[in-house]
Amino acid sequence: MSTLTNKAPVATGPARPPRQPRIKPERPIWDEEPGAVAKAGKIVVLAVVVLAVLGPLYTIVLTSISSQATITQAGGLVLVPGEISFAAYQQILSGGVVTKAVLVSVGVTATGTAISMVVSILCAYGLSRPGSFAHTPILFTLLITMFFSAGIIPAYLLVSGLGLINTYWALILPSCISVFNIIILRGFFMGIDRGILDSARIDGASEWRTLTQIVLPMSKAVTAVIALFYGVGYWNAFFNAILYINDSSMNPLQVVLRSYVLQGVSVPGQVDVGTGAAAGPALQMAVIVLAMIPILIVYPFVQKHFTKGVMIGAVKG
Amino acid sequence: MSTGTERTAAPRQEVATPHSGTLAGRTTTDRGAGAGGAAGKGPAAGTTAPTLRPKANLKVRFNRDRSLVFMALPAVILLAVFAYLPMLGNVVAFQDYSPYIGIPDSPWVGMENFTRVLADPDFWLAVKNTLVITAFQLVFFFPIPIALAMLLNSLVNPRLRAAIQAVVYLPHFFSWVLVVSVFQQIFGGAGLLNQSLRANGWQAVDVMTNPDTFLFLLTSQAVWKDAGWGIIVFLAALSAIDPAQYEAAAVDGANRWKRMWHVTLPGLRSVIVLLLILRLGDSLTVGFEQMILQRDAVGAEASEVLDTFVYYTGVQNGDWSYAAAAGLIKGLVSLALILTANKVAHIFGESGVYSK
Repeated sequence: MSTLTNKAPVATGPARPPRQPRIKPERPIWDEEPGAVAKAGKIVVLAVVVLAVLGPLYTIVLTSISSQATITQAGGLVLVPGEISFAAYQQILSGGVVTKAVLVSVGVTATGTAISMVVSILCAYGLSRPGSFAHTPILFTLLITMFFSAGIIPAYLLVSGLGLINTYWALILPSCISVFNIIILRGFFMGIDRGILDSARIDGASEWRTLTQIVLPMSKAVTAVIALFYGVGYWNAFFNAILYINDSSMNPLQVVLRSYVLQGVSVPGQVDVGTGAAAGPALQMAVIVLAMIPILIVYPFVQKHFTKGVMIGAVKG
Repeated sequence: MSTGTERTAAPRQEVATPHSGTLAGRTTTDRGAGAGGAAGKGPAAGTTAPTLRPKANLKVRFNRDRSLVFMALPAVILLAVFAYLPMLGNVVAFQDYSPYIGIPDSPWVGMENFTRVLADPDFWLAVKNTLVITAFQLVFFFPIPIALAMLLNSLVNPRLRAAIQAVVYLPHFFSWVLVVSVFQQIFGGAGLLNQSLRANGWQAVDVMTNPDTFLFLLTSQAVWKDAGWGIIVFLAALSAIDPAQYEAAAVDGANRWKRMWHVTLPGLRSVIVLLLILRLGDSLTVGFEQMILQRDAVGAEASEVLDTFVYYTGVQNGDWSYAAAAGLIKGLVSLALILTANKVAHIFGESGVYSK
């Protein structure tokens, strides 16, 4: 098959040597040292970029853990740490709408990611040998969906026709597989040395066993990246929720976040400004932080695997 | 899906199945014979990989590869239900569909919905907004990752580079709700910006609800979220450039800027073209969730794009057939756009999204 150009200059296979951050490369001898102005310009630009990302996150997290007095004193968002208070988190996580939404989001994300990974890994492995039975038609079946999507209305009619409106399955099944992710996995599986797979078969291993005991252990990095992609997709899903879920008690966290922060709905407990209660801004910020916490937790572990090999394979093929 | 045509087909001529009509015609030049063509003449599987499995008759091949086919099956079933079935569902665009009657019994109205859509000024407003946003972002978003990647690539210290990469990739993984919320907290009426403006006795500015500046707002949100992630591809392409080229250029007297112009940018060319094609093919799809989230704040006039037009006329107002017609127009035009863009890339000698 010759659908997607797989002529990536960087091999997608597992043979790629790991990066060695400890060896510090010198500036090549032919490369002139940049001038002072250029150097300063670079530093300023990069500092602005990094600040633009981290600054807002810093003040939001800080405000969410600030006491009411500190927030009042700052006049809104807190930039300088003052009195620390976790009242906002206690308040939104002690039952109620936000707690329910967190549980819904966690449940949908966990279930959805598990299903997506199983289906995608199986499919990618099943398609990893060009020339196998029905390989090309199946591949085309997948690829066509990348070029033409049916649209919102038929998708909605289908989901409602299947009776999935107001079920959590509506948040999982329609977005269950990403052809893009399958293609990344497939590219990686195709890069695995044939000799290893052949010797497994000669030793009597079935395809299932080869996949679970040989291929998957060799593909930890790429499966971690794909699992992150799927997990983030489910966690962040917003449109599917407003499209398919009308029952507000089933809303995932993103929808709740929208109603509290963007639509001005009061966070429960916000009106109760007695002593010890968290301030309104702190509650809003706490909901925002809850929406990003899972990503902040998982991201550092997976981030190092966003290596060029995986990604260029993804984009090129 | 299309095993029926394979009874007589030679190995790997399955490409010419009805399903893959559009693609097959474009992607297989040397084996367009279709089912029943002479067996065994097809070259090895295109450019992607050599033929790894010897040819045998279908029954033998099926028995041999049975488990592989079964493995791919769940994904195929999911796609059949959630991607292909809705494609058929587009027939409602030719009906006066009512959910109470259902597709089989709804009256057929031919092209009426399409003529109505094409005569609707609201539809053309959505088209205009969509194209303006796409064009604006092409100019003010697209070059940023390229510049950032070149800047990062010029850093000699790999640790610093990795740390900055880790930071700038992060917002890509935040949801649009989160991104818009963050912007609201910083630039909104009660946000950090206005808070400090007021504290210093200045007039507060209204960024989040001003339709006139909405285009800039949208683009800055997109830049904040995705420009960092965009550099990953360019960094990969940059690392694939042979350092000897730089050295040769330097020896020949090319300074930093000349090397950038004559070595770096040509090295990025095919990736830039590829991403441009993808972007052009997607030009009718812009910031759907961004629009829904900010529609209340800036109004429909500024934020109506094709996807929101379809969503609000269909799902919200219940004009299903009308919205489906608009959606189908969008899908078909997008398909045409990506095929055209790819064709143009081929003409300019680039490989494009898929090769011939």
